Amino acid sequence: MSVLDSKIPQGPLKDKWTKHKNDINLVNPANKRNIDVIIIGTGLAGGSAAATLAELGYNVKTFCYQDSPRRAHSIAAQGGINAAKNYQGDGDSNYRLFYDTVKGGDYRSREANVYRLAEVSGNIIDQCVAQGVPFAREYGGLLDNRSFGGVLVSRTFYAKGQTGQQLLLGAYSAMNRQINRGKIQAFNRHEMMDLVIVDGKARGIIARNMVTGEIERHSAHAVVLGSGGYGNVFFLSTNAMGSNVTAAWRAHRRGAYFANPCYTQIHPTCIPVSGEHQSKLTLMSESLRNDGRIWVPKKKEDSIAIREGRKKPTDLSEDERDYYLERRYPAFGNLVPRDVASRAAKERCDAGFGVNKTGEAVFLDFASAIERYGKEKAFTSGHKNPSKAEITKLGKEVVEAKYGNLFQMYQKIVDQNPYETPMMIYPAVHYTMGGLWVDYNLQTTIPGCYAAGEANFSDHGANRLGASALMQGLADGYFVLPYTIGDYLSKDIRTGAISTDSPEFEAAEKEVTERISRLMNASGQHSVDYYHKKLGKIMWNKCGMARNAKGLQEALEEIKELREDFWANVKVTGKTEGKNAELEKAGRVADFLELGELFAKDALHRNESCGGHFREEYQTEEGEALRDDENYKYVAAWEYKGNPRDAQLHKEELDFKNIELKTRSYK
Amino acid sequence: MKLTLKIWRQENANTKGKMVTYPIDGVEGDMSFLEMLDVLNEELINKGEEPVEFDHDCREGICGACSLQINGEPHGPDKLVTTCQLHMRSFKDGDTIVIEPFRAKAFPVVKDLIVDRSSFDRIQHAGGYISVNTSGNTIDANSIPINKHDADDAFAAATCIGCGACVAACKNASAMLFTSAKVSQYALLPQGQVEAADRVQEMVRQMDEEGFGNCSNTGACEIECPKGISLENIARMNREYMSANTKG
Amino acid sequence: MGGLIKSSVAKKFAMALSGLFLVLFLGQHFVINFTSVISPDTFNELSHFMGTNFLVQALLQPILIFGVIFHFVMGFVLEIRNRNARAVNYVSYNGAANSSWMSRNMIWSGLAILAFLALHFYDFWVPELVHKYVQSHPEDATRYYGETIAKFESPVRTGLYVVAFVFLMLHLLHGFSSSFQSIGWNNKYSKGIRNFTVAYAIIIPLGFIFIALFHYINNL
Repeated sequence: MSVLDSKIPQGPLKDKWTKHKNDINLVNPANKRNIDVIIIGTGLAGGSAAATLAELGYNVKTFCYQDSPRRAHSIAAQGGINAAKNYQGDGDSNYRLFYDTVKGGDYRSREANVYRLAEVSGNIIDQCVAQGVPFAREYGGLLDNRSFGGVLVSRTFYAKGQTGQQLLLGAYSAMNRQINRGKIQAFNRHEMMDLVIVDGKARGIIARNMVTGEIERHSAHAVVLGSGGYGNVFFLSTNAMGSNVTAAWRAHRRGAYFANPCYTQIHPTCIPVSGEHQSKLTLMSESLRNDGRIWVPKKKEDSIAIREGRKKPTDLSEDERDYYLERRYPAFGNLVPRDVASRAAKERCDAGFGVNKTGEAVFLDFASAIERYGKEKAFTSGHKNPSKAEITKLGKEVVEAKYGNLFQMYQKIVDQNPYETPMMIYPAVHYTMGGLWVDYNLQTTIPGCYAAGEANFSDHGANRLGASALMQGLADGYFVLPYTIGDYLSKDIRTGAISTDSPEFEAAEKEVTERISRLMNASGQHSVDYYHKKLGKIMWNKCGMARNAKGLQEALEEIKELREDFWANVKVTGKTEGKNAELEKAGRVADFLELGELFAKDALHRNESCGGHFREEYQTEEGEALRDDENYKYVAAWEYKGNPRDAQLHKEELDFKNIELKTRSYK
Repeated sequence: MKLTLKIWRQENANTKGKMVTYPIDGVEGDMSFLEMLDVLNEELINKGEEPVEFDHDCREGICGACSLQINGEPHGPDKLVTTCQLHMRSFKDGDTIVIEPFRAKAFPVVKDLIVDRSSFDRIQHAGGYISVNTSGNTIDANSIPINKHDADDAFAAATCIGCGACVAACKNASAMLFTSAKVSQYALLPQGQVEAADRVQEMVRQMDEEGFGNCSNTGACEIECPKGISLENIARMNREYMSANTKG
Repeated sequence: MGGLIKSSVAKKFAMALSGLFLVLFLGQHFVINFTSVISPDTFNELSHFMGTNFLVQALLQPILIFGVIFHFVMGFVLEIRNRNARAVNYVSYNGAANSSWMSRNMIWSGLAILAFLALHFYDFWVPELVHKYVQSHPEDATRYYGETIAKFESPVRTGLYVVAFVFLMLHLLHGFSSSFQSIGWNNKYSKGIRNFTVAYAIIIPLGFIFIALFHYINNL
């Protein structure tokens, strides 16, 4: 019997959540006023949880490293949010969303959690509309939907290419209402440095005020981590520059198990790397795959000619192009899930068909969409016999209305006009399905420490479907955590305020200040970025889109050496007092250097390919992922033992009662 | 290319700052403006000097963190971009580039090029929301049809990223474009109508308290706004405000 | 009302209304002046009416004076607030990249107009008051034309008038259309209104310049 208790309620799948809500303890409104909750991170998960908990009556303190809660990186999500509303009448249902998500995650997620997610998804849309989130609408005034990868229905709600922004601003507006009421105290430009455990329970945090440099103690009856994912362990990713694993990693070191760290999503449609100085990668929304067709030249010499600038992509006729996703996966075509699309792009580029200078890019072409939309538009506006030029003009207008901001963004970065020539794209690190292990109540293995959104591991298995991250973040924050945390807090109604003068706070603060002074006083050879870039290279080359045992073993050693070098020789300029970006980065990179090793260890131990985890040793003859359900149908939750490589594995067996395990096929 | 950078350096809010000149070489056109500053900072660190601090996060033009006044314009010479999306191909070899923080009394300098924009947050706290509980027990999303045109206009106003370029560009350091964008988003939607009068009065009151200047319709904000938020929003706010007050 | 006018939006609203009122007055002033070019008799008649009509003198004139004073006092109040809103100035500020010179320099064009008003009052209003109330001359419906053209004998004064009207043009080029925005009037007609305001802002001051030069040349 595993030490892990996922606390999944009994009963049929579709009644579990309702039953659970009826069974758990509640806190009476008068008692909520005496209970404090700390929330780390103010993105969709943290922000929505903060607003809801404050509204229920708890005293909430939020912490974010940005200057305003509104800047959390959820804001950069582009394409949309899924919900099983079935507004399009195309056969969608809670079950189908549940099924698609479990299948999309390559059968490595917990059924009960995913079903609950599907169940509350519709509520999210109702909630956001009530808050004034301006979703896209049809002419009749009703909400519009688009389609995303890995599914056969249109269930994605969107606000042009800025859905994450609009949803986050919605959650932020709900927070504002509570800040104005005095129920939320927002600590911006504050970074969580450690979790404080008192009598085995999470009772507060140590935070650094990033403006003054002061180390502060904050206590609460529970701590919620909504601190996002750890994609920045790769240095280059679509994450924000500041996105980090520190909050989650500090909790891990204090006893929270870290689950499936190797499950990383490499997003297929990002702008390719242009040079050595590159600081981050930019995503081009998956929604573009609704209308864009992905291809490389059929003949290698054409690829070479394009790379050398002797040919233009538009010179190639239809016959000379290889629409490889449509060829390999006729049923889903360009809308296969992200892991499949990314690997297919890598396969073509590795085979020598890449189309940019580095040979690491494929085309995403809108010419046929422009023509199709142009014809339709001409037709509906009474032009029954339009010329080619008219069709192109009208088609471009339609495409601009749908994806204008993305096209503009592309043009700014690459300096090419995607209306005229196909976009160049390549996969990049985007999202991490792994994260802190949580039970059905979103509680980590530390009592009183909860994790929500990307910071936990719960819902996406080994691969996340497009437009599901926003859904999960808001579901956790608005609709799950507010119930489940009450069950825990109901035992704390007589506890009273938690003192910050206890020896536990004292000791945690001392550790934090000592760690900072170690960073400040290393020998000063290389900058923090030097180490971060090196770590990123190891991760990308050996723990990236395709992994093998040899590479992973090397990565384990290289990361360890790099970490030792870092602690001995890093150079952190400036002072501990006051704003110091180098010190902030150093603390984060130090934690990435530990996480990276655990990541490699996890990837090495999982002798199968599933979702975003692709081990070269385990693939079908056609190059598809080969799962091993007999031996690896479990969540790998790692317990910290003082050194990342010594982490102890705990398995949570996954039980599939409502879905038949099959080889994923998108053909 | 080779460039000369003139950058505002200031230790913290309580010290005096000054412009410092840094030569930089090896800048490529494909670098973003912030990547060019990364290169400068790496050089400074290697020399043992303190790197230049500036706000930045998503580096894809949506979080609104980056906020540099470049050669006298917020987010530099290009239009409809944030600083992180500005690329060095907009400059040429030998150029001198003056980099300053966004200047306004309501945006005090924190360090170097970083300013404190919490005044924007406080304007939002004052009324930038619809008072609906997040319980989810609301009506079905499709039970309120919204005219597509209004929905699109509300969306256009809602795309504001809160970067503060409007304030930085305005000769009066006025925050009216920012405030009016939020007022407009809700004023255009049926859900926002209920508290429209209170909202506009509260937000304008807070905006004035923060010490921003007054709008004199120069239109600089609209031109420099990386999201192209329209001046129409300010007119709408003026209208909403006056009608809210005359209704009593 | 006290609380209302304190807010930035209301101040702008009041500034715009007073400005629009002054623009109306300017049009009226121009029409009467222009008759001096066409027909001295009509000019005398109209001037006499304006100078002696009870309603004009007792009601419109005080409103006008209040409008002028309000507009420039409020202009100063706003300017001070706006200057204070930026404690440290930019080393490099490229206002031309995003706004017109006129819109950024309303205080200077306004001050130039204010200085002109001082001259103008010294030229016309003060003598008029002296004529009517200090020296208590009997009414004379034919004196206005002669008094007016006499002022344009001096090339210096004529030159000052011309310069002032140029400033007026600059002030109006921004101010007139801007006042519609301030009162919340920005809609599908705005483009038409804008064109009208630009035409007005150019034609009226040019007209005044024409009148001044016309009399100056006639006086030669």
